[in-house]
Amino acid sequence: MAIAQAIGDTIEDQRTPPPDPKKRGRFTPYLLLLPGMLWLAIFFAVPLIFLFSTSLQTPVAGGEVGEFEQTFNFGNYVETLTDEYYYVPLFRSFIYSGIATVLALLIGYPLAYMIAFKSGRWRNLLLVMVIAPFFVSFLLRTIAWRQILADEGVVVGALRVIGLVGDTGGIYPSALAVITGLTYNFLPFMTLPIYASLERVDPRLIEAGRDLYAKPFTGFRKITWPLSMPGVVAGTLLTFIPAAGDYVNAELLGTGKNSMIGNRIQYEFFNVRDYPTMAVLSFVLMACILTIVLVYVRRVGSDDLV
Amino acid sequence: MATNQDPRSEFLKQAMSRRGFLGAVGATGAAAALAACGTSSEDSTSEATTGPTDQTSGENVVWANWTAYLDRKKGSYPTLERFQKESGYTVEYKEDIDDNASFNGKVEPQVQNGQDIGYDIVTLTDWLAAEWIRKGYSAQIDDSLVPNKKNIEPALLDVAFDPGRNQSLTWQSGFAGLVWNKKRVPEGLKTVQDLWKPELKGKVVVLSEMRDTMGLIMLSQGTDISQPFTEDQFNNGLDELQKQIDDGQIKQVKGNSYLNDLKNEQAWAAIAWSGDIFQINAEEGDQWEFVLPESGGTLWSDNMLMPTTATNMVGAQAVMDYYYDPKVAAEVAAWVNFVCPVQGAQAEMEKIDKSLADSPWIFPDDEILNNSYVFATLTPEEDVQYSDAFGRVIQG
Repeated sequence: MAIAQAIGDTIEDQRTPPPDPKKRGRFTPYLLLLPGMLWLAIFFAVPLIFLFSTSLQTPVAGGEVGEFEQTFNFGNYVETLTDEYYYVPLFRSFIYSGIATVLALLIGYPLAYMIAFKSGRWRNLLLVMVIAPFFVSFLLRTIAWRQILADEGVVVGALRVIGLVGDTGGIYPSALAVITGLTYNFLPFMTLPIYASLERVDPRLIEAGRDLYAKPFTGFRKITWPLSMPGVVAGTLLTFIPAAGDYVNAELLGTGKNSMIGNRIQYEFFNVRDYPTMAVLSFVLMACILTIVLVYVRRVGSDDLV
Repeated sequence: MATNQDPRSEFLKQAMSRRGFLGAVGATGAAAALAACGTSSEDSTSEATTGPTDQTSGENVVWANWTAYLDRKKGSYPTLERFQKESGYTVEYKEDIDDNASFNGKVEPQVQNGQDIGYDIVTLTDWLAAEWIRKGYSAQIDDSLVPNKKNIEPALLDVAFDPGRNQSLTWQSGFAGLVWNKKRVPEGLKTVQDLWKPELKGKVVVLSEMRDTMGLIMLSQGTDISQPFTEDQFNNGLDELQKQIDDGQIKQVKGNSYLNDLKNEQAWAAIAWSGDIFQINAEEGDQWEFVLPESGGTLWSDNMLMPTTATNMVGAQAVMDYYYDPKVAAEVAAWVNFVCPVQGAQAEMEKIDKSLADSPWIFPDDEILNNSYVFATLTPEEDVQYSDAFGRVIQG
């Protein structure tokens, strides 16, 4: 008691008086922001300006491969976006990443739920297992899927036995393989935020729901799901955004017919060296993702994120 | 599309001299080829080359090369170890080049701005070597520092992109042809059309290197790719490729990684590079066979160049000189199994392995030489146009 008193006193004594808002702190927030803002300006805003100016360039007549001059050719945008070769993979990116996000949610939510509410003393072990794949390189994990889905592999063999895949058919390379890869690779990004918000749900709320004769499903729908919403929003964004721009999965698990926008940009950038068109695509990709995310967040209505 | 005719005629010279080289290696039929190209010896050094650049020097040489392109034994490179002991230089040998385009994409902006890219030697395929020399990215070779340069196969000396080899030296040459899994395709392949047989549907992989895949297909349609060809001829080849991809006959179009597909039997047949197949046969047991299609295969070379930004040009040239010693060249060839560009290496090879000295894929014979073609040099406009069209087919 005396000790507590003593500590309390000391804390009381050491507490500094509240700062005078007039004297200090007017510039402190800006100073604290400065490193981050500088970082953003130098490594994001400036490159973005370069990217935009590149997107308006035109090839030098009779010039070298990859030689362009600065113009203000907004026609680059029209030309690129009306070309099937470019807009098809753009749509494909959003379709693949959309499906992968839904699948990751369907797999990740129950997983997170289980870990948060039902795992007991296994909780930490299960969490480590969710994160463990990160200890292996992203590329290696994706390449491993080639072996898993190979024509002579176990999965295809089993599917052949039950007749889901024809004798000469296969899974790799295909759209299915790409979506599988995307879902797998981004699953932890879905699971962890959902887990984090489920873990904070007060079990007494659910108990109270039961006491008021809510069926388990009603309880979930009215209490758990709404409370886990920030995690769901964060998880879907963390999955969808990188998945839409990903090119590794389509490169390693698909063919040209499964090219996503990242693959198109990568291939054309290095092989054709048509930098303006690639800059247009990068810009359009950014704009599309931004729009989709804004609409989504508005709809779902998570105030934390906008 | 081709507004500038110069590169075309230049190319012609190149093609002829390259064919001449092959003839010379083959020992017979050389006279005709050499007469046709009319290049004889060193006196044809190019006027266009500028004087010797400042020679940088140091102790460390950094060399960018392709994978599996230097003799290797238990994690070290015997010939390179010996060079380091003898010369006192430290060589950082990096297998950093997986494909020309992406390597170039990584380093070009720096070279263009005169910044060091960290390499003293880069190993580039003909078309990219030509582009680097054209764009002024490569430094002059000082012949007094590379006395063994005289050992280069005569007709390789006067390639169109670098007559007299003032800025480049051939590292290895090789062929693109057909490969098949002997167990899966017991009857073998003879022509490009054999790849389109129904039983190989979905089991064919072709190379993403345009000049090799398009080269083989166009040759099979009777187009001589070593001569200037028309856009229609290119498009005919492209249509064939498109059809086979659309029909699902060709499952994938790949770079170096096609070897994995062969190994795990994802692919049973492919358009492939000669030396690769001998290497995987050595690794995995003799499972594959390589031929040039009856209508012809392509021949290409990779060349050592010093970027103008190299920080140790003297050392880089010491490396080049060392590898142009026939004895060393033979040791490398015995391991990599590509075509050796050094005169006298065949005699040295006799001492290492008699069977390799007789290998037509390292020291090509007439039959192979007459059946292989160097892809025409494209103008910048054609390069952009064709790569884009090819990309649309393999990526689309």
